[in-house]
Amino acid sequence: MAPLSDSTNAAETPALASDTLRQGIVADLRSALGEQLVDVKLVPNTDLWVRVATDAWREAGRALRDDGFHYFCFLSAIDWMPSPYGRGEDDPTAPPPERKTEIVQGYTGGSTRFQVFARVTDLERHVGITIKADVPDADPLIVDSWVTNYAGANWHERECHEMFGIGFAGHPDLRNMYLPTDFEGHPLRKDFPLLARHVKPWPGIVDVEPLPGEGDDAPADAGEGASDD
Amino acid sequence: MTDLIDRQKLSYIAAQAADARLNVELETEGMTLNIGPQHPATHGTLRIIVRLDGEQVVWADPGAGYMHRGYEKLTEVRTFPQVTTLINRIDWLGSFANEVPFILAAEQLMDVEAPPRAQWIRTILFELSRIANVSLFLGDLGVQLGAITPVFMAFRDREYVLNLIEGATGGRFHPNFDRIGGVKDDLPKGWIDETHQVMKKLRNFCDEIENLLFGNKIFQDRTRGIGVIPPAVAQQYGMSGANLRASGVDWDLRRDQKIALAYDKVDFKVWTHPDGDSFARCWIRLQETREATKIVDQLLDGMPSGPVMAKVPRIIKVPEGEAWVSTENPLGEMGYYVVSQGDLGPFRVKIRTASFNNISIVPWILRGVYVPDVITILASLYFILGDIDK
Repeated sequence: MAPLSDSTNAAETPALASDTLRQGIVADLRSALGEQLVDVKLVPNTDLWVRVATDAWREAGRALRDDGFHYFCFLSAIDWMPSPYGRGEDDPTAPPPERKTEIVQGYTGGSTRFQVFARVTDLERHVGITIKADVPDADPLIVDSWVTNYAGANWHERECHEMFGIGFAGHPDLRNMYLPTDFEGHPLRKDFPLLARHVKPWPGIVDVEPLPGEGDDAPADAGEGASDD
Repeated sequence: MTDLIDRQKLSYIAAQAADARLNVELETEGMTLNIGPQHPATHGTLRIIVRLDGEQVVWADPGAGYMHRGYEKLTEVRTFPQVTTLINRIDWLGSFANEVPFILAAEQLMDVEAPPRAQWIRTILFELSRIANVSLFLGDLGVQLGAITPVFMAFRDREYVLNLIEGATGGRFHPNFDRIGGVKDDLPKGWIDETHQVMKKLRNFCDEIENLLFGNKIFQDRTRGIGVIPPAVAQQYGMSGANLRASGVDWDLRRDQKIALAYDKVDFKVWTHPDGDSFARCWIRLQETREATKIVDQLLDGMPSGPVMAKVPRIIKVPEGEAWVSTENPLGEMGYYVVSQGDLGPFRVKIRTASFNNISIVPWILRGVYVPDVITILASLYFILGDIDK
């Protein structure tokens, strides 16, 4: 850790040094997990993503913690299914538009609709890492809990459980955090409708004004970005 | 004292025994005390259920969620520029600071960098948000301990800062001023001079609070050695900001990460405290407010000229990708994990708020403390309800 006296400048390390730093982290992780480390995405000097096999989710967290990543940032999930409702900005009088239904996972790929991801930071080496794992498409959706790795994962997993319906094996207390106990559904899943947008059409579709310099030949979706003004 | 006759002795013993029996009968397994959701000490609608054994807390369970507004879901039906309107309201005392990491994440995905002047304006407003936010904490801290005066001073001096924010952005509480590629406007005329004067006033305010509160014997007795968090525990729970630095961990995202803000252009000290108790957490915040006024002064003196907006398309489409950007907000590390699929709006936004992690330590830290200390510990952890519930 930098001493207080020279604690003023941000980029003390030369630009390339952090790159080898991230490569070193990947090498450490690979030696700890072996085949279980499925995919790596490294943007030099910016950030690092890794994906591990579902079975290794807890073990990967422990490996990171033992590698110096003591600071727990967050844990959450992503539902990769495209929303069947779009952004809720469709004209209710028009026929429903066609939407893509293909599931495309982001960085480091994957094969399931749901993924859990977490971020931990090494405060000594000034580096963070985002780690992901697939959640097998079974009913119920279950992955291992990180509570034994990081105590702070407790609340994040509770939140994730009620919002996505993902269970965490080994979690002591998966009560709802925000929602009433008898709430049905999992709000952050893409197929959970945002009812406010369904009962009243989005006003953006009626007050769209043409942008300056754009004639009638402008593309039909041009108005959507203008509502910022 | 005259000797008691046997009968008196016996009746005395019998009475004692009866008392003891009564105590045994009345003594429950403990008592459950409900603090909140509406309670002055909870800064909003946080409910804490504590189980007491006598005066000691044996178990505590905070119940959040009374103010959950579902921002993560709402961002999925907004365009990128519209999201700032929502996230302004997460930590409402330091609103501008909420916008910055999201905009930076979007800029990182678009590979756009704001021009230097815009970065400086961002940093100045960021620090002003910090001052507005933390000065209220310093005032409110007294109220939690029964001292009424500091809160009036805090509201008086915060007003100057809010006026400045209003002068530059048009909004006192919800500026909505940050744009992808820069900021909405340049600073108004005369704003820089006025800000210098206000910073001087705020430094006086810090001195006043330090004399009035931090030197006070009662304040020290009630906060020193109370609610100690060791550095390892603080990191495990993901505590950040002043709470982490009060445990002796020298970590500040303003200094320790490469980010498109002007922090590397100024000279400032990151304060840490070895104790990790309630006093340390409050003291760190006081020092940080003072440090923030110095940062603002330095930035105002060295403002670069030039445009405040980079060239960005009129209709913003963010390319596919994922980005995580976090900044050192008044309450701690706040960040956004933004997933874009090349659309007008984000595909998923994970909002990492500081208070959520800072408060998740409450069940751990309240175990074994005495009832009056519950309030001081909660006050010293400093949370904003909107920041927990999102």
